[in-house]
Order: sequence, then C-alpha cells, then structure tokens
Amino acid sequence: MTALLSILVLVFILVAIWQMVKIFDLTQSVSAGGNNQIANDKDNKINGYLMLGFLIFIYVITIMCFAMYGDLPLMSNSASEHGPDIDSLMIISMIVIFFVQTITQFLLHYFAFKYKGEKGKKALFYADNNKLEAIWTIIPVIVLAGLIIKGLFTWTTIMNVSTENDPLVIELYAQQFNWKARYAGEDNALGKANVRLIDIDRANILGLDESDPYAQDDIITTELHLPVGRPVLFKMRSQDVLHSAYMPHFRAQMNCVPGMITQFGFTPTVTTAEMRETPEMIDKVSNINKIRVEKSKALIAKGEEGLERYEFDYLLLCNKICGKSHYNMQMKIIVETQEEYEAWLKTQKVFKNSLVENN
Amino acid sequence: MSAHADTHDAHDDHHHKETFITKYIFSQDHKMIAKQYLITGTIMGVIGVMMSLMMRMQIAWPEEPNVIFKALLGKWAPEGVMDADIYLALVTIHGTIMVFFVLTAGLSGTFSNLLIPLQIGARDMASGFLNMVSYWLFFISSVIMVLSFFVEAGPAAAGWTIYPPLSALPLAQGGSGTGMTMWLVSMAIFIASSLLGSLNYVVTVINLRTKGMSMTRLPLTIWAFFVTAIIGIISFPVLLSAALLLIMDRSFGTSFFLSDIFIQGEVLHYQGGSPVLFEHLFWFLGHPEVYIVLLPALGITSEIIATNSRKPIFGYRAMIASILAIAFLSTIVWGHHMFISGMNPFLGSVFTFTTLLIAIPSAVKAFNYITTLWKGNLQMNPAMLFSIGLVSTFITGGLTGIILGDSALDINVHDTYFVVAHFHLVMGISALYGMFAGIYHWFPKMFGRMLNKNLGYVHFWVTAICAYGVFFPMHFIGMAGLPRRYYTNSAFPLFDDLQDVNVVITLFALIGGVFQLVFLYNFFSSMFYGKKATQNPWRSTTMEWTTPVEHVHGNWPGAIPEVHRWAYDYSKPGHDEDFVSQIVPLKDGEEELQH
Repeated sequence: MTALLSILVLVFILVAIWQMVKIFDLTQSVSAGGNNQIANDKDNKINGYLMLGFLIFIYVITIMCFAMYGDLPLMSNSASEHGPDIDSLMIISMIVIFFVQTITQFLLHYFAFKYKGEKGKKALFYADNNKLEAIWTIIPVIVLAGLIIKGLFTWTTIMNVSTENDPLVIELYAQQFNWKARYAGEDNALGKANVRLIDIDRANILGLDESDPYAQDDIITTELHLPVGRPVLFKMRSQDVLHSAYMPHFRAQMNCVPGMITQFGFTPTVTTAEMRETPEMIDKVSNINKIRVEKSKALIAKGEEGLERYEFDYLLLCNKICGKSHYNMQMKIIVETQEEYEAWLKTQKVFKNSLVENN
Repeated sequence: MSAHADTHDAHDDHHHKETFITKYIFSQDHKMIAKQYLITGTIMGVIGVMMSLMMRMQIAWPEEPNVIFKALLGKWAPEGVMDADIYLALVTIHGTIMVFFVLTAGLSGTFSNLLIPLQIGARDMASGFLNMVSYWLFFISSVIMVLSFFVEAGPAAAGWTIYPPLSALPLAQGGSGTGMTMWLVSMAIFIASSLLGSLNYVVTVINLRTKGMSMTRLPLTIWAFFVTAIIGIISFPVLLSAALLLIMDRSFGTSFFLSDIFIQGEVLHYQGGSPVLFEHLFWFLGHPEVYIVLLPALGITSEIIATNSRKPIFGYRAMIASILAIAFLSTIVWGHHMFISGMNPFLGSVFTFTTLLIAIPSAVKAFNYITTLWKGNLQMNPAMLFSIGLVSTFITGGLTGIILGDSALDINVHDTYFVVAHFHLVMGISALYGMFAGIYHWFPKMFGRMLNKNLGYVHFWVTAICAYGVFFPMHFIGMAGLPRRYYTNSAFPLFDDLQDVNVVITLFALIGGVFQLVFLYNFFSSMFYGKKATQNPWRSTTMEWTTPVEHVHGNWPGAIPEVHRWAYDYSKPGHDEDFVSQIVPLKDGEEELQH
C-alpha cells in the first residue's frame, strides 16, 4: 500500500509540473518573441546557480552519509589478525578518494557556475597544454603506484597461507542453502572426500571416503567454532553451485566452487563474548533491538508473532547468487577460548561414529 | 537501394519509389535505423527501469503485499507478495536489459548509426543491408528476452553473469530451464547483431571519410564509436563461445564448466570442467563491455561539452590517446571480477596492477573535461547539463574503483552493495546521462524538431538528485557488509539498522524512475508537435549540421562537402562567429592547429 500511495503522489506531482512547464513555456514564447528551445542567458544563469546548489548537495550527502553510517561497527571493528591491515588500506584509499572527489567536483560545478554563458561574451580559445596534461598524468601515476604497492603487500600476506604455524584445518562445505563445517580431528588432516561418495542412507552427507584413515576422526558440524588466536586454514567445497563464504567481521571471503577446493586462512583475534562487550557493538545491538521492538509491536497488532531479541554473533553468509534461498544461507560463527572450543568439540560426534549401518 | 559510396551522386537513388515498408520498417537508411534502435532501446529501458523499481520496493518493504507486484507479476506475486525466485529473475533480466539492450544497442546502435556517416561525410554506412540485418537481429533478440518472462518456470535467474552451475542446471533453479535457454538464444542473436553493427562501423570509419577528413580531424564522437566497435569485435565473440559451450553443457551432456555435482539427491555425470573457466570467458567480454557502454557516452559528452562551452575540447590528442589506452587496458583487466573466485592469488596481483592503471587515462579524461569548461561561455542546454552530470558521476563512481580494483580491499566488499553503487554510478548512470545528452543534442537532427528545454531541465535536475540519492548511500550499506542480490535482508537481524537507508534509497529511486515520464512525454510529444528545428541549432562545427533538416537519402543533396579543419574551431580568434564549420576553408594565413 505504501508503495502504491507514494507512486500516486509522485504521479500527481508530475502532472502538476507538466502543467507548470506548459504555462512557463507559454509566457516565454509571448515575452521573448518565440521560444526556440535553445538556452538563453536566463537559462544559463538559473542552471549555473543550480550547479552551485548541486555541488552543495553532493557535499551535504557525503557528510551526512559519513556522519550517519561512517562508523558502522562492521567497518571499524575487525576481528581477525589481518583485518586491521585491510582497514588501514581502506582508510588510506578513502582519504585519497575523498580528497580527489571534493576538489574535482568543486572545479567541475564551480566552473559550470562561473563561466555560465552570456550573450556577447567570447570563450577563450585554449586547446592544448602539454605541461598540464603531463601533470595530471603523473600525479595519478604516483598516487596509484603507492596504493598498488601497499595493496599488493597486503594481498600477498593475506592470501599466501603458510602451513608452518600449524593452522587448524577446517572444511567449509556449501550446499543449497546451508553451510556445514568439517573439523579435521585429532590428526588435523581432512579425510578424502568427493560428492560422488555421498551416501544419504548411511548419513555420509559430505561424501567422505569411508576407507580413508584420515577421515575417521573428522567432525561435521552445523556451527563454526573457532579458538581465539589460532590460525585457521579453511578449505572450501561446494556440492552443487557456486557459493561464496563471506565472513565480513573477519574481512574474509572466498568462493566455493564445485569440482575444486579453494582456501582462505585467517586468525581470529576477538572472541564472540569480547565483541559483544565492545561499546560500538553494545550501541549497535541496542539500536537494532529498538528497531525490532517497534517492528514487533506492528506485527503483534496484526496478530502475528513478534520478533526475537537480537544478540550479536559472527556470521558466515553466502555472497554468491545461488538460488531461491540465497538470502538466508548462513551459519553462526563462535569464537571462544581454547578450553571452551575443546569442550565443545568433545560433544560432537566423529565421522566413523556418525555413520548409520544399513543392513 | 541505399546510397552507396560508389553511387557518387545521391540523385540516382530517387528513381526508386519508397514504400512504407522500405522506409519505416526494413529501412537501410542509417538515420532511420538509428531511430529504430533508439525507440527499441527506449522501450527496453522502460522495462528495465520498472524491474529495478520493483526490486527496490521489495527491498524496502519486504513483507508488505504490494498491488503493483500483483498487477505486474501475476502468479509470481501471490497475494501481492513477491516470490524469491522472481526477485532473482528481476535482478538478472534488469542487468541484462540495461547493459546489453539499452546501453549497448540503444546507445551505440543509435548514435553510431546516426553520427558516423553524418560526421565523417558519408552517404550511408558501408553496408546498408548489413545495418538493417543488424537492427532486426537486435529486435528479435529483444523480443525473445522479454518473452522469457512468460515461460512456465520463469525467466533466467542466475544473475546477468549467468555463472554455471546455477545457470546450467534446471535442478538448481526454476529459471535455469527454458528461461535460461531463451536467455542464451537471445544473447547469441544479440551478439551476432552487435558484431554486424560493429564491423559496419569500423569499415565505414576507415573507408568512407570525405575528402580532407583525416583521422586527426575526426570529432571525438567518431573516435569513441570507432574504438568501441573494435573492442566489441574483439570481445563479444568470446561471450558467444561461452554461451555456446554453456548450451553444450546444458543440452548435450558435455562438461566444459561442470564437475562433481550432487544436487537434489543425485550425482550428476559431469566431470573435469570448471566454473572458473566460464568466469574467465564471461569477464573477457564482461569487462570490456563496461567500456563498450561507457566510451560512446564519453564521446558524446566530449562533443557536447565543446559545443556548449564554445571552446575546443581541451587536449584533443590526449583524449584520443586515453580512449586508445582505455580500450587496450580494458582487455587485460577482467580478472578483477574474480579476485576471490579461487584463481591463483598471483593472478590477482597482476590484475590489480592493470586495473589501477586504467585510472590514469580516466583521470586524464576527467581533467580535460573540467579544463574545457574553464573560461568557456557555457550554454546550459539540457544536453550540456547531462554532460556535466556525466562527468560528475563518472568521477564519483570511478574513484571507488580504486577500492574495488585493489584485490586486498575487494575481499571484504566483493558482491556487496558497494559494488552495486560503484558500477551503477560509473557506467550505468554515466552512460545513461550520455544517452540522454545525445538525445537532447541530436533530437533536432533525428526528428527535425526541438525537445522542450524546460521539461529537459526538470528531467535533468530531478534525475541528478535522485541518482546520487540512490547510489551514494549504497556505498555505505555495502561497507557495512550487506550482500547484494538478497531477496530480503530480514533473515539477518544484523542488518536491521540498515533498513531505513534502504527505504530512503527506494524513495529516491521511485521519484527518479517516475520522473523519467517527463522525458518520455517530452520525447514523444516533441517528435510530432515540437518546435521546428533550424539547420544548426547549437551552432556546431561538425558536418552533420550541414545537411538539410529534412532527411534526404544520401544525406547531402549535392556533392559531399570537403573538410578543411578539425572539429573544434570554437571561438577561434580571427573569426566573427564563435564557431567555424569543418567545411569552411582556412582563411589566407590562417593556420590549422596541429592537433
């Protein structure tokens, strides 16, 4: 209903404007002895000032967006070791962009205002200047060279996962429309797997090779628990279509591709409990809960169920279009201390014990 | 039938009597074909924009029943609540229509056809027949694309990038059945159309320039169309091959892109293929495609900014050099769409390097536009406003490319709304502005009448504010981690605090979308009732304004004029008028600038 009403209102505004323009046209053609639909000095003046106004609009919308959404916790609170590197590179890039944007938009709109046409004025015949061209070729070259170098160092550090520091190996397994995690168990080596070995009747849902000794102690879960401070190496698999494992709080993302294994590694640095206690997160959560309470009221008034209270959790989202329920393909991530992690892991069944015997 | 280069005298053609069909439908006249492209493109544009508005309404008010959905989507919106499948279909077809049908065919098709012969001094395209075939293939592909909405299981819904296996397996998604087949067939026909058109443009520009029209006297519009056509010829066949291989995988059991798939309880036979291969093939077109869309818009802008500033375009040679540099670089940057696709991280480094290089020629272009305005005598016609608007959105959108092109930063913003904001500003809105600018500027040439300028002003200012209102805040919800292509965000309480921004964005989108009706009204009413145009309303130097207002077959009634100077002699000292047409001979002692 809201949408229909808003569109109706818009259509009425439109009709009003159309009528006004018609009247405006008529007056112009009477007063100026025929309107040839080419901009005259008056048009130049009005639009010149509007250009200046538009410049202010761009600045205002920029400032508003930064003030209102610039410090969303997702942008500032990273929870992985490499996160601050990405964030600082992001901030440097943003400063460069902000600086260039402010100046070039100013020049563009200010010139459009300053040099608005007048009858009898003649423009300057100025066709070329090699020095100027050189300046604005070389300056971007230098700035970009700096960004490229810093960017590539960051990228290489993140992507070249070393196995020397004994990372915890975990498989992320994607299927329409949920995630599974497979822990490598005591031996920290994942057993062989292929979707051709999936045997639903025996509850071998990830297609593990039942004869592979490495597979026996693997643990399959529907929640991702990570011990804080230990490097994790994710091996990603997908059984059907492309998915993307997106863990925004950890500044981590990698596609899951059927037929191949992709990987991404990071070290979580902030436990879920600690993250919940940060002032930014407390603010964010209370704000979200306020919104949810409002929504719940409306829902209950309609006779539907209210919304649950929100509590912060890290999430793994699917970020590659994968079908109907793509929008709801998620898995909870819990970062905890080593002891909590081990205690949790003990409660999970190992692969060889999870199989169903079928006679 | 058409006035070929070999019939030097256009009068020969007048012996043929033109019927309604040969004049308006199966026309081989480039001016009529341009109009056909424009009108088909406009209709596709209306469809594409309506889809985006429905998506925006769904995102802003996800649970609410909506009478518009009920009316337009029928069985896909039972009780007026949009279905998740059709949301993805809207995403897919909106992208496809806007990128290919509006901004490739509608923009290039219209203005390359209209302007290449007129601005280089040719009687028509090199092959009028191929030109006609090109349009009609485009028309057929448009019809097939629109008809795919009426397929039982729904149209293609795997995103405009149609990554397999999602696009390959009907088991994965309803839209990957007949809907996807129609998408592929439509695109294959579209590519054939585009290739015929591009070949024609290239041949025409190389061979049919009038006497004196050297390459360095060409208006920048022609340079842009020429280079665009070359990029198209290089990259479109690769998409065609990808589409054909995908058809093979889908219908003939091959495994080019598929391997080891278990879906809906069964193992499929595919083995040994890789979806990443498809991504490479797709983006080998997909990225140059951005420039196929953008370069014509920039060419149009160069022309309009120079004319309306009453100044030569600043740095003509640098502009050509940057067009060529962009064209070259555009073919070696495709991997920046695939940083996290699972390809080797070293390749990511290479593509980061080439991608950020492309910022340099782009910066040169932006600065040259700004310098062209400096000390000009700006005539604020609607076309000029859209051109300035283009430079503005090109800068705003282009700058965030520095973030997305940087592989390390891309990890966190890949496939979020940040990307949506970036590419809509830098290629969507910019190219659309270029198209509007071109329409306002060359409407008198196309239809012999003027568009109403006051409606043009209303159209521009509302569009400009709404474009920023829609896409600027999107950067921020993207940086907050909101993925794109989500049917609703309500499955994630984490994003609840972004909902009010989404509502604001939708309101701007609705206002901006509905105000395009101002343009449509102006366009169709001025076509019949607009003020009659004079021969050279914008007092421009280029050759198209030396032809009579009433279209004649062969463009010039007599011999084709000779060209004596470059295209940008505006406000040249020593002349009374503030423009000197390209066909005016140099005065005694006057020097042509060595540009």
